[in-house]
Amino acid sequence: MADLDAFRREARQWLEENAPAALRGHSFGSEGDGNWGGRRATFDPPEMEIWLERMAGRGWTAPTWPAEYGGGGLSGEEAKALRAEMAALELPPPLIGFGLEMIGPTLLRYGTEEQKRQHLPGIIQGKVRWCQGYSEPDAGSDLASLQMKAVRDGDDFLISGTKVWTSYGDLSDWIFALVRTDPAAKKQEGITFILIDMESPGVSVWPIKLISGKSPFCETRFDEVRVPAANVLGEINGGWSVAKALLGYERNMIADTFGSGRKKTGRKGSRLAAMARRYGLAENGRVDPVTRDQIAAVEMDERAFHLTVQRSRDAARAGHQPGPESSLFKVYATELNKDRYELMVGLAGPQGLGWEGPGFEDDELELTRQWLRSRGNSIEGGTSEVQLNIIAKRVLGLPD
Amino acid sequence: MQLVLTEDQELLAKTAADFVNERSPVARVRELRDSDDADGFSRALWKEMAELGWVGIPFPESHGGADMGLAEMAVVLEELGRKLAPEPFLSNCLLAGQVILRAGSEAQQQAWLPGLVEGEKLLALAHQEPNSRFDLAAVATRAERDGDGWRLSGEKIAVLDGTAADALVVAARTAGDDRDRAGISLFLVPKDAPGLQLERQHRIDSRNAARIHLDGVAVGSDAQLGVEGEGASILEEVVDLATVGLCAEMLGSMSEAFERTLDYLKQRVQFGVPIGSFQALKHRAAEMFIEIELCRSAVMGAARALDEGAPEAQKLVSLAKARCSDAAILVTNEAVQMFGGIGMTDEHEIGFFMKRARVAELTFGDAKYHRDRWARLSEY
Repeated sequence: MADLDAFRREARQWLEENAPAALRGHSFGSEGDGNWGGRRATFDPPEMEIWLERMAGRGWTAPTWPAEYGGGGLSGEEAKALRAEMAALELPPPLIGFGLEMIGPTLLRYGTEEQKRQHLPGIIQGKVRWCQGYSEPDAGSDLASLQMKAVRDGDDFLISGTKVWTSYGDLSDWIFALVRTDPAAKKQEGITFILIDMESPGVSVWPIKLISGKSPFCETRFDEVRVPAANVLGEINGGWSVAKALLGYERNMIADTFGSGRKKTGRKGSRLAAMARRYGLAENGRVDPVTRDQIAAVEMDERAFHLTVQRSRDAARAGHQPGPESSLFKVYATELNKDRYELMVGLAGPQGLGWEGPGFEDDELELTRQWLRSRGNSIEGGTSEVQLNIIAKRVLGLPD
Repeated sequence: MQLVLTEDQELLAKTAADFVNERSPVARVRELRDSDDADGFSRALWKEMAELGWVGIPFPESHGGADMGLAEMAVVLEELGRKLAPEPFLSNCLLAGQVILRAGSEAQQQAWLPGLVEGEKLLALAHQEPNSRFDLAAVATRAERDGDGWRLSGEKIAVLDGTAADALVVAARTAGDDRDRAGISLFLVPKDAPGLQLERQHRIDSRNAARIHLDGVAVGSDAQLGVEGEGASILEEVVDLATVGLCAEMLGSMSEAFERTLDYLKQRVQFGVPIGSFQALKHRAAEMFIEIELCRSAVMGAARALDEGAPEAQKLVSLAKARCSDAAILVTNEAVQMFGGIGMTDEHEIGFFMKRARVAELTFGDAKYHRDRWARLSEY
């Protein structure tokens, strides 16, 4: 404990001396905000650049990763203390993205020493941005039916096919992808997990415009792309278990994204009630009974979800195996986020209908777009229906 | 607050689970019902539970208790809930006993608490009335000055374990109007006081609940508990405790009902396959699983928040009760549906779970009441 207290003090002092003042209290609102790093990184506000450089210098962009690859080498308790100190100073994370959250942990678990040395430092320093190549036009929920083919050619594979929903494919440097290396095998057994440089000849990226008007997703096409066999993560034809492990990290990331909102809302009272008052659903500050019930229901669902995330983390820190509760994070968090936006657009009334132009405040237009975007939450990363199937099979042991 | 059981709490859970499995099958609830048992629970088993130290969990060592918290009480109540054990923990350990502990004089505490902790004396709290629904401030029962003492008149309902109690803690109005928060006082009334009529209410869960008529019941000034006119805050405190205790019990019952349903889904064959292979049932089972997991987090959070005196404790109590109420109804209704025809028979035990869930839902406030309370506490 004494060591932990000393670490906490040292971390606080270092943060106070090194965090740019302009970033204090800065929070990122919408999807894609924040620093994702990579060759095409843009720093907004500009102080994000020096913040990343300093934090990466201590390995604190990836606090618990081993120091030998440039990580922070911190224990779980120390990392928690660091997060708490950053939260106390209201500092944004210096770096976010699929490198830190998805492929990094997977590399640490499955990567060869050479692969870890090649890829982890670039992730930690924010120099390489990663995207995910899983879904295909004909392989959505039934991911294992994917068809993008990889044909062995000497020390390389030649890869051809199409990936969809490659988030930020147009901004990324590398992609981790699932490819079919054995078309004759049972569908899960012919899949290989491979790392591909997006600069390789034959890779092309096309943004996909969503109903929200934005394009966080892309379609990525591969035409005879030459990739070294040394880039295979795990075994050839053994990619499905690597893919599932990464999906576990992805679900945690999604739960974190939706589960982290509490501290922001807790202090200033109910944001939903403030909306109800703003749009005439209250008299003398008291929200009408039907709306009150709707707001309380959403807030209470959120609080119960946060408590469940906390319970899972507390159990992990106490040395328990992950409990069955973690299987509900993705489905519950995303359904809840949809509920929240449905309610908010309803609260805004006619002001929640704006697409662009005059007559609407900026936050109203943003709300509408975010509501539209939220409809995808229960589709991407495994649909809610697939999540329920997984719970029924893996947790409850119900028969096929 | 840490949402994980300590080693001591895990041990307590294991002891309780073993005891309940061995000594308190659900069949016991049926026997108590069919034999028209006057108490609706077993005094012998209650004594054994007291000897195990469970009755004394939320009482200080000076009264023979274990000086532990609601987190520990919840662990035991969850295991009891799994087998619908009807012993009077809520009424004694979390309601009436806590009123005495919080508001009673030294003499009142000495007179009642050691005996209660030993399982020898029984108490009950009479606060609810025919027109109060869940509003703790709605007290129409009156206490009028009469010399040095008081005379109480009014009617109480849903007094948990009321007909088994040696004395009742009665909420009565000494000032103000029927729904004023101020002016409520608490009195300790012996069950054989002249003018007091106790009548067993037969409710769907077969547990002990009583209706009480007070017709000018005379009590001395030494019957008064705490400060005159300021009983509402004590009532709110102890009902919050009991609400979380009830939630823990509901968590146990709904978990058991769900597990029994899950077993049935795997065994029952129709159309040549186990019915649990149908996606229409799988998704509903998965949704129940999610609800139960969220209930567990909410119950653990509420118990620890009350133990630690956290500022958001009241909100977390309402969160726990709203969730457990909705989930208990969902899970037990679905259980009966998924068991099909056999689930409708009295011979099968699943119906006992549904009946108890409905009573528990409507005790200390249903989900709608607690969402409203959450909104009130959040100032909107």
